Amino acid sequence: MSDRLSPLHRIHEDAGASFTDFAGWRMPVRYSSELAEHHAVRTAAGLFDLSHMGEVVVLGAQAAEALDYAVSGRMSALEEGRAKYTLLLADDGGVLDDLIVYRTGADRFLVVANASNRELVASELARRADGFDAQVFDESDDVALIALQGPKSPEILAEVEGLDVTDLEGLRYYRFARGSFRGHEVLVARTGYTGENGFELFLAPEAAPELWEAIAETGAGSGLLPAGLAARDTLRLEAGMPLYGSELSRAIRPAQAGLARTVDLTKEDFVGRLGVEPPADAPVLVGLAAEGRRAARAGYPVLADAEGGDPIGEVTSGALSPTLGHPIAMAYVPPAVSAAGTQLFVDVRGTRIPASVVALPFYKREA
Amino acid sequence: MVDQSELKYTHEHEWVALEGDVATIGITAYAAEKLGDVVYVDLPEVGTTVASGRTVGEVESTKSVGELFAPLDGEVVEVNDDVTSSPELVNSDPFGDGWLIRVRLSDPTAADSLLTADEYAGLIGE
Repeated sequence: MSDRLSPLHRIHEDAGASFTDFAGWRMPVRYSSELAEHHAVRTAAGLFDLSHMGEVVVLGAQAAEALDYAVSGRMSALEEGRAKYTLLLADDGGVLDDLIVYRTGADRFLVVANASNRELVASELARRADGFDAQVFDESDDVALIALQGPKSPEILAEVEGLDVTDLEGLRYYRFARGSFRGHEVLVARTGYTGENGFELFLAPEAAPELWEAIAETGAGSGLLPAGLAARDTLRLEAGMPLYGSELSRAIRPAQAGLARTVDLTKEDFVGRLGVEPPADAPVLVGLAAEGRRAARAGYPVLADAEGGDPIGEVTSGALSPTLGHPIAMAYVPPAVSAAGTQLFVDVRGTRIPASVVALPFYKREA
Repeated sequence: MVDQSELKYTHEHEWVALEGDVATIGITAYAAEKLGDVVYVDLPEVGTTVASGRTVGEVESTKSVGELFAPLDGEVVEVNDDVTSSPELVNSDPFGDGWLIRVRLSDPTAADSLLTADEYAGLIGE
């Protein structure tokens, strides 16, 4: 299968990016240094191409009701202009994908899905909307997505020539506004996946290169760097945000991942409702922090003791935290050892390294 | 600065600079680029006997772990403490300050069996 290319591919190539295959897409993993890109997002700004992500539109008089049935949260309660993080569950309550739903109209929603789950999300939403007065369209091929993240994002975006957004300064977290960029419609959302202030901008693929270059040019003097998937992963890990395929999967119930709040049990009926509560002894997601520089990585066993004993859990993501300077990881462990302060061990290629359970997120920006 | 065309190379993307019977060993720019930003380097202790093809250390980036293999038989006579404290040297100067270990070879002629610069360039498609 040949890789899909982002509408920004030429720009990434010209910038000297290294690429990785991600969910059938050829996407930039880094431009020069993923650490420099990570730090740029924490201290200034980073520009990400997320055009591989899926965009599915749900439209119709009963679009809200259809989504209430199709996903874990109550989308009918979402006001126009706001966004909500929610889950697509399987019948047994396992997680099929995590989504951000934007209410773009009284009878219209934009559902953003992970690239790897785009087809599944589109087909499941269509199937679940059957019987409602609602239609589902996979518009992923007609939508590019650019994220501008970091403390300097607001001042950079406000200065981009030709970008016209009503009350950008007043745009609060998990809200979005409509705007235009040199004749093209843009949806500007204050959402992101880095733990920083920032924006995600949806627009037509043909307009994306021009907007990317305008933002990059505007931000260059402020320390903005284009940032790849490598930096995105360490940023979201520090922010304690789950990644589908790592922390979330079909075998995981929302409460295990600390996402019980995204499931509205007061709804009459929704797919996955019956199985959504995990057994009391099901493993739960925790943060682990260690000393030194050797990072635990996905798949490494978690143990209760320094010697002997069988693994009690498994690391789902881990890295040497660029911001904090010590190793951090997320792991599933039994509830009995999930309290903050609990001393555990991770088997890092044959060496057991002490790791303490810590509250998530590892990193929280100053308000 | 070493002349990269004079170095020997391995299929594991390491370079070997031979001076008498002592080989200086590092990873290539290609390997460093593939790894990404190196954040941790684990090197053997001086005096360790190493055998060709065996793992003797690790070079770890934010994203992945690369193993350091002994390209030839011998004994470690020096390790680069600078890369242990500043792993980023592996990225910034892989053929220079980012060298990793020096090994006194049991049989210096065995280095002839390693890849030439041209053969290595062919391996990485350059």
